[in-house]
Amino acid sequence: MSELITLNHGSGGKQAHELIRNLFARKFGMPEPMTDSAVIKEQGIELAFTTDSYVVDPLFFPGGNIGKLAVCGTVNDLAVSGAVPKYISASFIIEEGFPLKDLEIIADSMAEEANRAGVRIVTGDTKVVGKGKCDKLFITTAGTGFLRSGFEHISTGKKIITGDRLIVSGALGNHAIAVLGARNNLSFSSSVVSDCASLNNMIQSVLAECHQVHFMRDLTRGGLAAVLYELVQISSSGLIVDEISVPVEDPVRGLCEVLGFDPFYLANEGKILIVAGENEYEKILKILRSHPYGEKAALIGEVTALHKGNVILNTTSGGKRILDIPSGVQLPRIC
Amino acid sequence: MKYIEEYRDRDLIMKLADHIRQSAVGRYSFMEVCGGHTSAIHRFGIPSLLPPGIDLISGPGCPVCVTSADFIDRAVSYSKKENVIIATFGDLIRVPGSSSSLEKERSKGADIRIVFSGLEALNIARSNPEKIIIFPGIGFETTAPGTAVTIKQAKEAGLNNFLVLSAHKVMPPVMDAIVREGIRLNGFICPGHVATITGSGVFGFLPEKYDLGCVIAGFEPSDLLQSILMLLRQVNRKSPVVEIQYTRAVTLTGNAIAQRHLSDVFEFTDAEWRGFGTIPDSGLRLKKEFENFDAAKRLPVTISHHNDNPSCICGDILRGLKKPYDCSLFRKACTPENPVGACMVSAEGTCNSFFKYVPDE
Repeated sequence: MSELITLNHGSGGKQAHELIRNLFARKFGMPEPMTDSAVIKEQGIELAFTTDSYVVDPLFFPGGNIGKLAVCGTVNDLAVSGAVPKYISASFIIEEGFPLKDLEIIADSMAEEANRAGVRIVTGDTKVVGKGKCDKLFITTAGTGFLRSGFEHISTGKKIITGDRLIVSGALGNHAIAVLGARNNLSFSSSVVSDCASLNNMIQSVLAECHQVHFMRDLTRGGLAAVLYELVQISSSGLIVDEISVPVEDPVRGLCEVLGFDPFYLANEGKILIVAGENEYEKILKILRSHPYGEKAALIGEVTALHKGNVILNTTSGGKRILDIPSGVQLPRIC
Repeated sequence: MKYIEEYRDRDLIMKLADHIRQSAVGRYSFMEVCGGHTSAIHRFGIPSLLPPGIDLISGPGCPVCVTSADFIDRAVSYSKKENVIIATFGDLIRVPGSSSSLEKERSKGADIRIVFSGLEALNIARSNPEKIIIFPGIGFETTAPGTAVTIKQAKEAGLNNFLVLSAHKVMPPVMDAIVREGIRLNGFICPGHVATITGSGVFGFLPEKYDLGCVIAGFEPSDLLQSILMLLRQVNRKSPVVEIQYTRAVTLTGNAIAQRHLSDVFEFTDAEWRGFGTIPDSGLRLKKEFENFDAAKRLPVTISHHNDNPSCICGDILRGLKKPYDCSLFRKACTPENPVGACMVSAEGTCNSFFKYVPDE
């Protein structure tokens, strides 16, 4: 590890994993596997508990703002672990001189999103720092929810087996491209809107009817590629993904072509990957597609006994290559 | 998506691959000189579609990769100066110099900003009149006209705080150097974007002097396969010429406006290439009338020359002599997050493309 923290350590890629594993998890004695939410079992109750900080720049972008993001992100982290999100905390670090009017708009979005997701924001904290000591506004949310029995394996992936199918809940890359477009440092604008959304209701309708959800993750920093890479590690198998079946909207694909980004690595804020048993993936797809946030859900590949430890991509053009873990910063401060 | 999907059509690609298999009689070595081609070839999994007799060799066409450590050291040295903002393409910030990189300097507090174009750097200069903005100009005939236009605009606006550190290079001399070094090739997959600017004529010396086939290729999988097929047929016919596959962008004479901007602002100079040493007349420096924008003239820095890590074989890889697997550092000491050589840094670098897209042999 190099001596100083670089932006790469916050990218959600390999360096970020190493930092967390080799420093924080070791010092704090955190158990493996590390998942989006911790699962706490005490006195017969199982709780999922998670936290996340939001430093998105700019604060407002098409499809949302930092406040909506801070609620959705934490709700989704809980929901993908199979829990029903209940209570959220919200802490604000505000730069001196920040317009109160903007803070009101952000708080309104948070209240609205919490309401939509059926969670309550019940505690929080406010700090103001001098001008230049932070960039406008940072928000940290933490959340907790009840884990339904029989779903403990969803975050650890213990039940993944060969033949399981890979499902994504919709088109990739919208959040990253929407935020990038809102930064005004591109010389063109785009029509792309962030996919920022609370997915707990959609996820719960899947879990209510299906018993073969073997793994679930939201596709945030590092995108689909980071989650697929994590998946090969925890399942000690290989994955085959068909590029042609991975949904990406045309404006996102176009901007990726121009800017040299790969949609597989771009951050999403309203998309999940589900690993589904082979007898149930069609049902899961159907439920997802009946939900507004999952209309474009697609089967993209499967778990295989071959290619152990690798994600093999069948490219659109009929070739084959590996899909590697994202490394380095594709876009900083995207969430 | 229009202009993309038709070139990625699976049926078309399978047909082209069939034609290649039928036409390939013996062994062929083709070099793609452009880093964009290297990346596209591996991203689309092109080698998995080719018969074993066809070897694609990556050449020196990734601008970041051929940038010398001395150039990075110079940029690092500027970044440590008071009142300097380095406005750079993102690829460059992680390239290791002899002891540091722009990324490391940024984490120590240097003001280093990533831009997508020279004009964006110019805007930083406009809004920070008390600072000096240095734009490291890297790239071939493709990006150099953009730098030329930026410098012209800086001159028109009377900006006194915008400087370019030019490491711009041109393609034909290094292709000549590769052939003279005796690498056994049957032909070149020529750089499509460079040729869009220069026209196809600049590659004429390759068939004339060296009997080497040239096909100027586009960047989609069907472009690449069609180009390989065209090269195969040239070799089989023993009639090397310059052919344009990328006809939707490339003409014989190229983009006259961009060429004029280039010749207005730049002149040829000897340039140092990582892996090759100095190649005469292969670089672009600012003409005298624009020297007010030349970082090398306005703000000279002295750096001490260091040799590259002796275990790193980037030089041999850039010359097409070796492949990433031949390097003892590849995937071990040298990875995209901790690159030893420049070929691992850029998305267009050969080692980076192999690392990302090619399974272990």
